[in-house]
Amino acid sequence: MLRRLSPAAILASVLSLAACGSSSDAPASGSGASKSLTVFAAASLTESFTELGKQFESTHSGTKVTFNFGSSATLAQQITQGAPADVFAAASPATMKTVTDAGLASSPTVFVKNTLQIAVPEDNPAKIESLKDLIDPKVKVALCAEQVPCGAAAIKALDAAGLKVTPVTLEQDVKATLTKVELGEVDAALVYRTDVIAAKGKVKGIDFPEAAQAVNDYPIAALGKAPEPGLAKQFVDLVLSQQGRDVLTKAGFRAP
Amino acid sequence: MTGPARGRGPRARLPWPLLVPAVAGLAFLVLPPAGLLVRAPWRTLPQRLAEPRVLEALRLSLVTATIATAVCLLLGVPLAWLLARTTLPGRRLLRALITVPLVLPPVVGGVALLLVLGRRGLVGQWLYDAFGVSLPFTTAGVVCAEAFVAMPFLVIAVEGALRAADQRYEEAAATLGASRWTVFRRVTLPMVAPGVLAGAVLCWARALGEFGATITFAGNFPGRTQTMPLAVYLALETDPDAAIVLSLALLAVSVIVLAALRDRWVGTA
Repeated sequence: MLRRLSPAAILASVLSLAACGSSSDAPASGSGASKSLTVFAAASLTESFTELGKQFESTHSGTKVTFNFGSSATLAQQITQGAPADVFAAASPATMKTVTDAGLASSPTVFVKNTLQIAVPEDNPAKIESLKDLIDPKVKVALCAEQVPCGAAAIKALDAAGLKVTPVTLEQDVKATLTKVELGEVDAALVYRTDVIAAKGKVKGIDFPEAAQAVNDYPIAALGKAPEPGLAKQFVDLVLSQQGRDVLTKAGFRAP
Repeated sequence: MTGPARGRGPRARLPWPLLVPAVAGLAFLVLPPAGLLVRAPWRTLPQRLAEPRVLEALRLSLVTATIATAVCLLLGVPLAWLLARTTLPGRRLLRALITVPLVLPPVVGGVALLLVLGRRGLVGQWLYDAFGVSLPFTTAGVVCAEAFVAMPFLVIAVEGALRAADQRYEEAAATLGASRWTVFRRVTLPMVAPGVLAGAVLCWARALGEFGATITFAGNFPGRTQTMPLAVYLALETDPDAAIVLSLALLAVSVIVLAALRDRWVGTA
């Protein structure tokens, strides 16, 4: 564990030493009425989890839900480096595995699936209709980098279709990829259905059959070192409930 | 960093209100890079560094940062002169505008560049229609993003040098019949050369480390727009050790270049 300390963590500990040993103990959990639940979730869950967070707060008075949305791989890194999270919802089993392998969570549950769509600008300047249209060298395509889940899924889908696409850029996350479409800088991109729905009015989504070969499972788990284990379990239960399912399907996710 | 006051001044008793924060400041700046050294996977370092993708990213970083610095010199030195040596109305406002890229989060800078120079941008759509030129996702786009973020450093450094320089030499040259252009070329520029170099070094260093504006405006494609900071960020997603190796390589190259320049030209400026 010590070997895995990030430079920032080393710095933080040195600085707290420098501050004449001022107490840096984590506040004891459950002090008084106000409790706080920290959820680390994949960027593609931003809209739906924010809504679920509000629902959770309304049924648990005095509880504040804080989200850290980001790339699943980055979040997994932060958790294994000791970030104080209660719940982790990842966009791929591989990123969740980083956390379970470190012994920080057990038995994650897949709560939704997400599929890819071709996103094109509203006016579809390159007249894209199917995945095959993306191999035209005149068509500018943005994909996610292979290191992030949406990029891995894009590669899988293109392989399944036997197509070789040369993108102009490999973006660092799915939202950045979508932005390039929204601004009309690229003619098409492969992003999640849910992101296309979230950007309604600015981009158009086109389904393609090969997307079925690259379905992304989203696992969720309450973390073993959760500062609020009780609340963590209740939040996971909410996400898995019918109420949670409704919010997630409205955002474009599919039931597992 | 040895100042010009080396070996001079009162040596006895360093005042602790200065010494304590100074040491804390030093630790704050030096410890994080030291952390990289501690955590570096030294055993696999050589083979990781020899990967073609690493060399490609390093080469691209050095080339684009150098071109961006040249662009900044070409445009920034005259701009600094305009601010320091003319009585243009609204100079204060101009100076404030020039510092905007300094305070702007680089990602926002990248979006702003897209909105202006992108394929559908204010200027970009015209460029695209007339010449078929589109800057995003090209190496030229990387240079653009780096120059946008780094130029204020150069302009501010050169303007400072111009203000500190004794204007009487320029006035003397002018009374002897030299034109303003000749004065600039033969008197002003040689006089502020150390300031220009210091500014250029700062500008180059900032361009080399540029991340946000580059990934937003120029995207990320190996060999074309993937500079070292972008490679580091993406490596961090899956392989933190690789990210550390890349960071160390970038750090080593920049320290070597800056140290060499310092000894050669910048001296005690």
